[in-house]
Amino acid sequence: MKFREPVNVLLRNARVLDPSLERDFFSDLLILEGRIREIGPELNLGADLLSQVQSLDLQGKWVLPGLFDMHVHLREPGDEYKETIESGTRAAAAGGFAAVACMPNTKPVNDSAAVTTYILQRAREQGSCFVFPVGAISRGLLGQDLAELGELREAGAVAVTDDGRPVMNSLLMRRALEYASAFDLPVISHAEDLHLAHDGVMNEGPVSTMLGLRGIPRAAEEIMVARDLLLAEMTHGQIHIAHVSTAGSVRLIREAKARGIHVTAETAPHYFTLTDEALMTFDTVFKVNPPLRRPEDVGAIKEGLADGTIDAIATDHAPHSVLEKDTELDLAANGMIGLESAVPLVLGLVREGVLTPLQAAAKMSLNPARILGLPFGTLNPGTVAHLTVIDPELRYILDCNAFQSKSRNCPFHGRQVQGQVLLTIVDGCMAFTRMSP
Amino acid sequence: MPFKRKDLLGLRDLAADEIEHILETAFSLKEINTRSIKKVPTLRGKTIVHLFYEPSTRTRTSFDIAAKRLSADTYSITGSTSSMVKGETFLDTLKNLEAMHPDIFIIRHSASGAPHRLATRTPVSIVNAGDGMHEHPSQALLDMMTIIEKKGRLDGLTVLIVGDIAHSRVARSNLLGLKKMGAHVVACAPPTLMPVDLDLMGAEVCSKVDDAIPHADVIMVLRLQKERQQQMLLPSMREYSVCYGINRSRLERARRDAIIMHPGPINRGVEISPDVADGPQSVILDQVSNGVAVRMAVLYLLGQRDASRALAQREESA
Repeated sequence: MKFREPVNVLLRNARVLDPSLERDFFSDLLILEGRIREIGPELNLGADLLSQVQSLDLQGKWVLPGLFDMHVHLREPGDEYKETIESGTRAAAAGGFAAVACMPNTKPVNDSAAVTTYILQRAREQGSCFVFPVGAISRGLLGQDLAELGELREAGAVAVTDDGRPVMNSLLMRRALEYASAFDLPVISHAEDLHLAHDGVMNEGPVSTMLGLRGIPRAAEEIMVARDLLLAEMTHGQIHIAHVSTAGSVRLIREAKARGIHVTAETAPHYFTLTDEALMTFDTVFKVNPPLRRPEDVGAIKEGLADGTIDAIATDHAPHSVLEKDTELDLAANGMIGLESAVPLVLGLVREGVLTPLQAAAKMSLNPARILGLPFGTLNPGTVAHLTVIDPELRYILDCNAFQSKSRNCPFHGRQVQGQVLLTIVDGCMAFTRMSP
Repeated sequence: MPFKRKDLLGLRDLAADEIEHILETAFSLKEINTRSIKKVPTLRGKTIVHLFYEPSTRTRTSFDIAAKRLSADTYSITGSTSSMVKGETFLDTLKNLEAMHPDIFIIRHSASGAPHRLATRTPVSIVNAGDGMHEHPSQALLDMMTIIEKKGRLDGLTVLIVGDIAHSRVARSNLLGLKKMGAHVVACAPPTLMPVDLDLMGAEVCSKVDDAIPHADVIMVLRLQKERQQQMLLPSMREYSVCYGINRSRLERARRDAIIMHPGPINRGVEISPDVADGPQSVILDQVSNGVAVRMAVLYLLGQRDASRALAQREESA
């Protein structure tokens, strides 16, 4: 990481949300030399120590473990005009994220130790947060031969996926689940039956019918979710379902969990915030894969988050330039950026009563870290500080022109939101701040 | 009544009184087409550019004749002669043409929503001459004009649309327009060619054409493209013709005064048999004649706006 100076900070009067201890309490929090030294009410430091630390009175603002986004596209190597590891992690830190897991559909594809090593090296030199590469399941994402999963793990990959494309071949998916288990690599499924999805550009339903746009039925996702659950049951592999978008997928995953299958799942803020009605203006910023669904799916996603069926909230941050987006809907690229809009949208769920603050914190920090087997998501004294300070009340209008990301394909631009990231501490260093000292 | 819109993008946007206004204007202009000198000076000095990114004979010619009969100057750019083949984007092409100060763009594009996207980016009026599977407003207007001409009204009529509804912009625009004008619309197609949730757009949906025919005042037959067979949508063109084609024996179950319509181009012997297409109940060529009148009306109403002035004003303020 590009930051080298561990902070000495005293956060006074914070609402501390630590999902690793399942605790939500008011306290002070002392960070010395970048490590969480002490948590407790009204800490008494003594004049000497007090003069060495920066003291911030949070007045009840929230302190969470540094957020963890397990699904982003950083576009480097290959598409640096859309995003780089430098700009993407800067956007992440500004969005409150201390760590991101980046998908392998780069150019070249991250299907080798060399590419994984390159990403990690760039992140070390230029990153504003931790970057955990996710390797490819199949060589070149072609869905034919297994990539060298063992070497990927050795080089630092934390999971494997062909994200952006499904593994259409069920035998290959079976082999991936079996083989990856030897290296404790979770397999992340981009669930989409390409034949059923055909060349659809939005959810199949009344809106696609009205607009004369080719539809992607919900079954295109659900069939593959069901298949991968069956394969996980058969192989005892670890499956993680990415970007869950339909009510049917939520139901399938809920049933699978009840039967004891080792499955985890994530959704993204746009799937609990937007519906396919957004496409009525033919605005390509709303084109995403899986597509925005119906209001009843949004309701089911919220239920799935509330009852624990969906473990994590990830952004699927997918930067594109105007070259890919300022075109006809049929031709436009799929994807939206999400790192810098996630926190206020998740806080919306808290205000709605879908999630408690502690549940929201867990789904954005501890749970994704656990899925990937990484030691994040805690505020335990003694550990290196990765934490995020949020003002849950602040109202403002999201302005993507002020984002750190290189791309502007934000579907929430101009939206009135509530809740803002004030401070992100990563690896004991100040990665982002909006707070005046 | 002045027409307040900058563009004609679809029947979804139009209110019933606006549709009526366009149709009344079309009826009043229709007579010009039967004069010996078929030209009036109404749009003299106006520049109209056709941008056709999809093959079209009927619609392009119809718009062109309509424009010329109103004395507008017309220019035509088609997919193969455009800079799109050199890699220029549709928006860049439009912006370059816009700099030449035209008044109206008439656009056909294979992507649904293409004219809508551009309409927000130019002060020039845009007429949608068919976008993907979305809308084809001038076709629906000429269809409604033809129905009124033959039936005296739209309100209370039952209009049966038969064929490839899923891929048809003609069906969507007609459904939207006819519902606004008080007609009952029945959409009939094999389930593979019926879009989901069409009932939510106000259509009665069915898959058995013989059940629907006896109730129809108007039978609108849609073209079936040969590609549908390769897309696993139909077993064969032959079977489609047997199960859904409108032929003499099927028509015997229809009302004697039911009219037969088709937006063209016709696949004779596939969706409609030659004797029905050419028979006494067919109004297919009346539709073509009315097409010119409706397009004259649309261009006349949009031509009232002064796009050149709007553009000049925008340049001044910039």
